[in-house]
Amino acid sequence: MATKHSRAASRLMISPAVLLLLGWMIVPLSMTIYFSFLNYNLLMPGAHNFIGFDNYKYFLTDPAFTTALVNTLVLVGGVLLITTVGGTLLALLLDQPIWGQGIVRVLVIAPFFVMPTVSALVWKNMFMNPVNGLFGWIATSLGLPPFDFLAHAPLFSVILIVAWQWLPFSTLILLTALQSLDSEQMEAAEMDGAGAISRFIHITVPHLARATTVVILIQTIFLLSVFAEILVTTNGGPGTASTNLTYLVYAQSLLQFDVGGGSAGGIIAVILANIVAIFLMRMIGKNLDA
Amino acid sequence: MARRVSTRRRVIVTALAWAMAFLIFFPILWTFLTSFKTEGEAVATPPHFLFFNWTLENYIEVNERSDYFLHFMNSVVISVGSTVLGLIIAIPAAWSMAFVPGKRTKDVLMWMLSTKMLPPVGVLIPIFLLFKNTGLMDTRTGLVIILTLINLPIIVWMLYTYFKEIPGEILEAARMDGAGLREEVIHILTPMAVPGIASTLLLNVILAWNEAFWTLNLTAANAAPLTAFIASYSSPEGLFYAKLSAASMMAIAPILILGWFSQKQLVRGLTFGAVK
Repeated sequence: MATKHSRAASRLMISPAVLLLLGWMIVPLSMTIYFSFLNYNLLMPGAHNFIGFDNYKYFLTDPAFTTALVNTLVLVGGVLLITTVGGTLLALLLDQPIWGQGIVRVLVIAPFFVMPTVSALVWKNMFMNPVNGLFGWIATSLGLPPFDFLAHAPLFSVILIVAWQWLPFSTLILLTALQSLDSEQMEAAEMDGAGAISRFIHITVPHLARATTVVILIQTIFLLSVFAEILVTTNGGPGTASTNLTYLVYAQSLLQFDVGGGSAGGIIAVILANIVAIFLMRMIGKNLDA
Repeated sequence: MARRVSTRRRVIVTALAWAMAFLIFFPILWTFLTSFKTEGEAVATPPHFLFFNWTLENYIEVNERSDYFLHFMNSVVISVGSTVLGLIIAIPAAWSMAFVPGKRTKDVLMWMLSTKMLPPVGVLIPIFLLFKNTGLMDTRTGLVIILTLINLPIIVWMLYTYFKEIPGEILEAARMDGAGLREEVIHILTPMAVPGIASTLLLNVILAWNEAFWTLNLTAANAAPLTAFIASYSSPEGLFYAKLSAASMMAIAPILILGWFSQKQLVRGLTFGAVK
C-alpha cells in the first residue's frame, strides 16, 4: 500500500497537526523557561534583568510551596483512593444481574458531565454550607452541631467534591474491563471448585489490574491540575490550607503579577507532571503494539 | 455473564445498586428540585423535598438579569468550534497514520499524547501575555484556538483507534473490483469512518464545554462561557440558591444528555484506546 507517492501524501496530511502541536509545546514552554530566569513583575516596569536561579530558589523555599506540594499529593492521593476503591466496588455491583441496569448506569455516570464550577458551587452552598446546607440540616436533626466544612476542613471538602466528579470515570472504566472478563474462564474455575473469593482474587483482580493502572495514571494527570474547584470554593484558603501547586502558580502569576516566580513554579509543575506522564506513556505504548 | 442467580439475591443486589445510584445522583437531583423553588423555600429548614410550589421564576430571572444567552452561545461556539477545527486538522493526520503507517507513526502518536500531559500552569504566563498583547484576550477566537490545541491529541488518538479498525482487506477487494481512489474514499471508507468521527465529535464537545482552566483565566464579560459565568455565583449577594440551581441546570442539561449518549465512547476516548 505504501508507495513513494502515498508516503509523501501521508506526510502532508500529518504535518498540520504535528506543526501545530510542536508550536504549542515549544513556543510557550520556552517562553516560560526564559521568564523563569528573569526578575520580571508586571507591576514593576523597567528592565527585566537576568537573575539566574533566584526565582526557583525563592519559589522552592517559600513555605507556601511545601504546603502546596503536600496539599497536591494529599488531594491526588485522596481522590485516587476514594475513586479506585469506590469505583471497584461500584463496578462489581453494577456487573451483577440487576433490574434497570441501564438507568442505574446513567445515574452513576452523570456527575462526570457536570462542569467543575457547577459541581463545586452546588456542593459548597447547598450541601456544605453550615447554615443552609443539607449536611448542616442532617447534623442538626441528629442533635449534632453543624460542621463548617470549607472553613475547618477545606482540603477534605475539595477532595470530596473532586472525588464525586471522578468516581463515575473509574467506575465506568472498571465496569468496562469487568465486562470483558472471559466468562468461560470463570465457569471453568467454578467447576474446578474455586470459591467466590478465590475466583475474585485469582481471576478478577489480575484482570482489573491493567484497567486500574490506567485509571490511576489518567486521573493523576487531571488531578495534578485541579483548579476551578478550588477557585470557586476556598480560593486556596483559609491561608494556604487548600492551595495546590496549580493554584499557587496561578496566584503567583495572575494575582501577584510575578511573572518570574510564577514561571519558575510552572516549570516545577511541568517536571512533576512529567514524572507521572512517563509511566502513563509506557502503559499506553505497550498497548499500541498489541 | 449469563449465570443464573436466585431471585432473592437479585432483589438485594438491585436494591443496593439503586440506592448507590440515587446517592451519587442526588446532588444533581437536588439542584434540579431547588431550581424550581422560591429563594425562601430553597433554604427552608427542614428542607422541602417535593412538596413546594413549583415555579419557573428562577429560570426566567436568570435569563433576564444576566446575559445568560450570550454565555450559553459562547459555550456553544467555543466547544463546537474548537471540536470542528480540531477534526479538520486531525482527520487527515489520523487517516494517514492508520492507513499508511510508517516507521515513525508510533513515535508521532506517542509524542502527540505527551503534549496532553503538559500541565496548563506550565504555559499560563506566556499564553496570558500573548493573549493580552494580540487582543485575543476575552474573545471566542482565542478560546477556540486554545481548546483546539489542548484537545487535538485526544481527537487524533480517538480517530486513529477508530480508523485502525476499518479492515484493509475491504479496500483491496474494492480495488480488485476496479474501484478508483475516489470511489474508495467516498463509497467505502467514509461510511465506515463516520461513526468514529461522530463519537469523537461528541466526546470532544463535552470536554470542551466543561473545560475550566483556560476559560476561567482567559475570559471576562464578553467571551465567558458557562463555566466562567457560573463561577460568578461564588461571590453573590443575598439569597441565590434557587437562581444558582436554575443557572446550573441550564448549563449542564445539554451536556448531560449528550454525555449519556456517549458513555461507550467515553471509556475509549479517555483511555486513549487502552481500555475498550
